[in-house]
Amino acid sequence: MEVFVQQVINGITIGSLYGLIAIGYTMVFGIIGMVNFAHGDVFMVSAFFALIFLLVLTSWLGIASMTLALILVMVVAMVLTGLLVWAIERVAYAPLRGSFRLAPLISAIGMSIVLSNFIQVAQGPRNKPIPPVTRDVYTLWEGANGYPVNLSLKQIIIWVVTALLLAAFWYVVQKTALGRAQRACEQDRKMASLLGVNVDRTISLTFVIGAALAAVAGTLFLMYYGVVVFSDGFTPGVKAFTAAVLGGIGSLPGAVLGGLLIGLIETLWGQYVSADYQNVAAFSILVIVLIFMPQGLLGRPEVEKV
Amino acid sequence: MNSAVKSKDGAGIDFGRALKDGVLIGIVAFALLGPLVGLKTDQNMANELILQNRLGLAAILSVIIGVGRFLLSAFIYPWIAARGRRSKSAVTLAELEARARVTRGLSVTGLVFLFVYPILIISLFGVQGSIKWVDNYGVQILIYVMLGWGLNIVIGLAGLLDLGYVAFYAVGAYSYALLAINFHLSFWVLLPVAGILAAFWGIILGFPVLRLRGDYLAIVTLAFGEIIRLVLINWKDFSGGSAGISSIPKVTLFGIYSFDMGASNSFIKAFHLSPSSAYYKVFLYYLILLLALLTAFITIRLRRLPIGRAWEALREDEVACRSLGINTTNTKLTAFAIGAMFGGFAGSFFAARQGFVSPESFIFMESAVIVAIVVLGGMGSMIGVALAAVAMIGGTELLRELDFLKLVFGKDFNPDQYRMLLFGLAMVIIMVWKPRGFVSARQPTAFLFKRKTVSGDLVKEGHG
Repeated sequence: MEVFVQQVINGITIGSLYGLIAIGYTMVFGIIGMVNFAHGDVFMVSAFFALIFLLVLTSWLGIASMTLALILVMVVAMVLTGLLVWAIERVAYAPLRGSFRLAPLISAIGMSIVLSNFIQVAQGPRNKPIPPVTRDVYTLWEGANGYPVNLSLKQIIIWVVTALLLAAFWYVVQKTALGRAQRACEQDRKMASLLGVNVDRTISLTFVIGAALAAVAGTLFLMYYGVVVFSDGFTPGVKAFTAAVLGGIGSLPGAVLGGLLIGLIETLWGQYVSADYQNVAAFSILVIVLIFMPQGLLGRPEVEKV
Repeated sequence: MNSAVKSKDGAGIDFGRALKDGVLIGIVAFALLGPLVGLKTDQNMANELILQNRLGLAAILSVIIGVGRFLLSAFIYPWIAARGRRSKSAVTLAELEARARVTRGLSVTGLVFLFVYPILIISLFGVQGSIKWVDNYGVQILIYVMLGWGLNIVIGLAGLLDLGYVAFYAVGAYSYALLAINFHLSFWVLLPVAGILAAFWGIILGFPVLRLRGDYLAIVTLAFGEIIRLVLINWKDFSGGSAGISSIPKVTLFGIYSFDMGASNSFIKAFHLSPSSAYYKVFLYYLILLLALLTAFITIRLRRLPIGRAWEALREDEVACRSLGINTTNTKLTAFAIGAMFGGFAGSFFAARQGFVSPESFIFMESAVIVAIVVLGGMGSMIGVALAAVAMIGGTELLRELDFLKLVFGKDFNPDQYRMLLFGLAMVIIMVWKPRGFVSARQPTAFLFKRKTVSGDLVKEGHG
């Protein structure tokens, strides 16, 4: 029982990160129908932004307060990652709008290769460990066999930050002019542009918002695991995409739900079935969902138009 | 972009706007490169991460990017716009035929060159000196040409984006490795077996997923590729895990001569040659050349069969195909299986050539490289795919040779690192610049009364 509760806590933590990344996939797919293959690598680059600024703040500027450092790092990572993705979108995706269907996907695959190899060249191929940001752990209760159920401060931070961000994000999408433009573009891009919505700008901003959420996930990922390496984008990227598909691609609550489910399934599978085949489980879910339930849990079924 | 639009009106070059573009892009580049390049994280003696200040380098790079953008806005976009206005008219029939003649000439010259290449190299560099050129360049490039042509059936002809092609390559490689070691069968028996097994896997994997469209299909094939690799890593009793399988037997000359130095029927002893592995490499070169040409020949013939025409129709418009009574599932499945079969052939050749296989050789990046070759070559064009393989694989192999760059950039400079970076950049640039690839014009295989112009740009892409 204690093991199970502990794994559920771990699963929700990792699942929130997947959810944050998955929103980027699902929003972009919803608005231009493209799988942004480079999104996982954007997440990895954002973790590097966070790493570098954490080092700047702690070792160069000598900021002692970890809370302040974390908040600053997160903001800087969000801004810079947003800028990066804005540039990527202008250079690699925008010219391909209206080209044949696979062109943006292939361009995104190229971009993903560029990002991970650029980091490898610029920052070196080795693991980048940081000292733990906090070591605080709270024991919730201790089982009869002496097995404790722990909740670390890091996990609490991840839960709280994710919840706050999702609330802010929900507000942006539902209540602001930008969100309205976004939803309009998602429904009918041509009509939206006829009604005076700047479609190009809306699409760019969609990419940027997705990137900012991925940057938060990247910062939290760095804080949680304390290490990042240039190849860290691929597997979380595919898992987050799985989360987006499982929740129903195009659906925002679906992405978060999918992320949590993938996180839970993965940790429980690792605990009870086989730790070796943890990633196989995640990839298999992707295949199974796409084959039997392509519309996902909360998505609308796709109608084929001629 | 705006400057290009403006100068198209004949107002001349708008330097002010170009300058603004350049400065803006330079600033953005510095904001991004400043941290990523300018502050390098490194471990010190105490294993703590420290920052190394390279902001100067980041500044230089940003200036280069800014100036590049300025030149692009000021000169290249207006030039492209001006040129675009002149040659708007469609390709005429005469031009198309001239192009076809050039292509035919190119193929014949290329073929002759490929057959005399090892002889040429041996006469230039001697027997021992030829190894590098025949093996690293010849065999290596030809493997990718063959993989490209195999995948071309799936992507180029049937329009199904398969991001897990390397799985079939792995099936071929592991079937040869395991069957040759455990059952002592010869390469010539196992080559077709590996192909059949790969095709079989193609059908197993293809059957459930081929109902999916475009991007979904791409992601599912990617997932399958990864699953196969992860199973190979974790199922240690079967595949040896990440340590892989070593001492895989070499290919024999149809069982008559062996290329093992110690064997009683050694090729080298029989012909009293000086001991060198160069002969084996030359033999491998011709073997993969013939395998690649077999792929090309079968593809060309298949394109003229009803099934080939169905593939191309499917690529252009799936819904129309279905309404005309083409069984889309079977059509897709045959493309998938035949593509997989060639992947399996190439895989068993790869295992025999390396003498060693491990899951490391079948990572997603490998699939991405093959997809890049097919896409950059112009989907569906055989010559284009071959040229793209030569340019991409040969070009990146050449990077290893550029030792003189160390004199320019310092001792730590390793050009090999930039291989994949350039690969990815090439993928993006060519997609943006020419979404239909290097060789985008296609000869129609079916026509009514007379050939008409069909260029890749005119063809509507279906839901592939």
